[in-house]
Amino acid sequence: MNRIISKKELNPTVTLMVIEAPLIAKKAEPGQFIIIRSHEDAERIPLTVSDFDREAGTVTIIFQIVGAATMRLNTLREGEFVESFAGPLGKATHTEGLKKVAVVGGGVGCAIAYPVAKKLFEQGAEVHSIAGFRSKDLVILEDEFRAHSAKFFPMSDDGSWGEKGLVTDALRKLIESGEQYDEVITIGPLIMMKFVCMLTKEYGVRTIASMNPIMIDGTGMCGCCRLTVGGKTRFACVEGPEFDGHEIDFDEAMSRSRMYADFEKREREETCNLLKAAEGGNA
Amino acid sequence: MAAREPKKHEMPTQKPEVRAHNFNEVALGYTAEIAASEAQRCLGCKNKPCMQGCPVNIDIPEFISHIKQNDIEGAYDVITKSSSLPAVCGRVCPQESQCEHECTLAVKLNMEPVGIGRLERFVADTHRLNKTGETVRPEPNGHRVAVVGSGPSGLTCAGDLAKKGYAVTVYEALHTAGGVLVYGIPEFRLPKSIVADEVNTLKELGVEIVTDVVIGRTLTIDELFEQGFEAVFIGSGAGLPNFMNIPGESLNGVYSANEFLTRSNLMKAYSDSSRTPIMKGGNVAVVGGGNVAMDAARTALRLGAEKVYIIYRRSMEEMPARKEEVEHAMEEGIDFRILCNPAEILGYRNPDNPRDPKNGFVRAIRCVRMELGEPDERGRRSPHEIPGSEFELDTDTVIMAIGTSPNPLIKSTTKGLEVNRRGGIIVNENGLTTRENVYAGGDAVTGAATVISAMGAGKTAAKAIDEALGSK
Repeated sequence: MNRIISKKELNPTVTLMVIEAPLIAKKAEPGQFIIIRSHEDAERIPLTVSDFDREAGTVTIIFQIVGAATMRLNTLREGEFVESFAGPLGKATHTEGLKKVAVVGGGVGCAIAYPVAKKLFEQGAEVHSIAGFRSKDLVILEDEFRAHSAKFFPMSDDGSWGEKGLVTDALRKLIESGEQYDEVITIGPLIMMKFVCMLTKEYGVRTIASMNPIMIDGTGMCGCCRLTVGGKTRFACVEGPEFDGHEIDFDEAMSRSRMYADFEKREREETCNLLKAAEGGNA
Repeated sequence: MAAREPKKHEMPTQKPEVRAHNFNEVALGYTAEIAASEAQRCLGCKNKPCMQGCPVNIDIPEFISHIKQNDIEGAYDVITKSSSLPAVCGRVCPQESQCEHECTLAVKLNMEPVGIGRLERFVADTHRLNKTGETVRPEPNGHRVAVVGSGPSGLTCAGDLAKKGYAVTVYEALHTAGGVLVYGIPEFRLPKSIVADEVNTLKELGVEIVTDVVIGRTLTIDELFEQGFEAVFIGSGAGLPNFMNIPGESLNGVYSANEFLTRSNLMKAYSDSSRTPIMKGGNVAVVGGGNVAMDAARTALRLGAEKVYIIYRRSMEEMPARKEEVEHAMEEGIDFRILCNPAEILGYRNPDNPRDPKNGFVRAIRCVRMELGEPDERGRRSPHEIPGSEFELDTDTVIMAIGTSPNPLIKSTTKGLEVNRRGGIIVNENGLTTRENVYAGGDAVTGAATVISAMGAGKTAAKAIDEALGSK
């Protein structure tokens, strides 16, 4: 049981929670994730650590309300407890020796991209951050990115925030203008990461993608999170979640991410109705 | 004296056609009358050969003699001197190759052995039902031991040490204690309430159980020593599931047995109120011939599969699963396709509609028939493919139950802890690893094996830890 120290709505579908977890806060590094279970009968879901405070003993998570599990997590209030909070799991982002890096985040993936940018920035690397959102009202962590990047490139699908276009448009422009990156680190929807990796492969820029497959235990027991990297089966929970983006079979990963799409849709609707009924009852 | 009954008293079970559709326990357990009558079959041999066959050395003739005198609590006390999990062992031990295999009735008199496992279960269940009063906590001896993993080896090690007065803390990575007893073995073979009771008995002895802590990540072995633990036992269990490396294993609908069983058992996907998805219905092919394969096949059947196949590359004789499990599976209608090996898993792809929701899901498994060659030096006949014998089975779900490889987490974060070629932690005969005061046992050492052998390893390590620390 871990206490929710604070909770903040970043936009209508994205919530930030600061969770009391001193042991995890002591160890967590950017790129790692935790397994959270909001209620006794809730699913175990992996969420990447978006920040941590070693002294205060807290870990920050940012999640998008996409399904039943995140919907129920979002019903919890400050001062209440999540049932399970285990980690930090997975391998930390490799940042050593990197001098100049482009960090490319998309949507709620920016919540994971941010701590990576921050760590690189604090290590003295030249960080170019590209953040993409559908529109202005979905933007998160803008100030944080600006404060930890040498250059910041906001992109939106509809042009309501920053420049109109995709993150790949911004990245292509930078590479073509002669920017030479030691590495590109990309975190966001699978389809976005796929196109970022296709682009950087074209230019021969090493690229790391942070994967977020379906997991159960998250500790290297069930094999649910497997993906194909360089023709080999790899397990995101213990060998990842970050892999060489040029080697990942993204099409397979996208197909696997849809395995329970029907079930998830039903669950989401049911949970939504239940929560609405509960709210109605309280009113 | 009346002639000795040559056969074991049968275990009352749910009828196959009924149990194939529910998750209630298959075997119902002996009644007091049956148990008393079965106990009478025991010769009470002075040399106790059955005891030699027991990995945790339960004084079997002694506990059975208590049943003969209708002193079930007395029998329970005898068993728990040696076993911390009697209700579990009575259910899942392969008695036919252990204690019962050595029984004089079978060895010398050509009869069926005494139903030792069934009697053990009867004693444990009777105790559970009639339990009164608190377990007496032993006097603390001032020593602290950490146990990593709450599966059979960890719980046994913790129980044995707690009984000697050690302050034991068990760390579990998942949210429920029990390890494979909870996530792996299905409800119909080992009800989870029984595991919870056994865990509670340990808590009453003073064992502290900490869930949601991943040793190797949340805390390292070195940090456990810094916290004041004087010895650590690693019983972290089997690790990553093996796959066959054949085409199609990443299709939707392909599970490792660990995943399939974890979804059903730990996450309760079998219950209507569960929030955990699992593929139900259709045709299911389980690859493998061990107990885990049987558990997966029978779980799939109960979840509503129309047809369940076991695909195994050797013959029935070589099948490593317990005989009773294979028999139960057959009675329930599992279709055994022996001397067959999968070559490829075939997926569905609609060429006209890339958005067809069935795209990327399994549609069939292509297998090749096998024949057994001459026995090798170990006497095991290795299977060979019969050229041109390939065939397809229509299937929606494929479950790979072909073993696991040890989890790399602890090894990679513990300096000086050596592992063998297969990744198993290296230990000496006392369970001591290559690190001082660090012991290990169970699947983390041996790779996938049985519950009772893991318990035996936990017991051995507990004894060694007591010898090392007790004198301090």
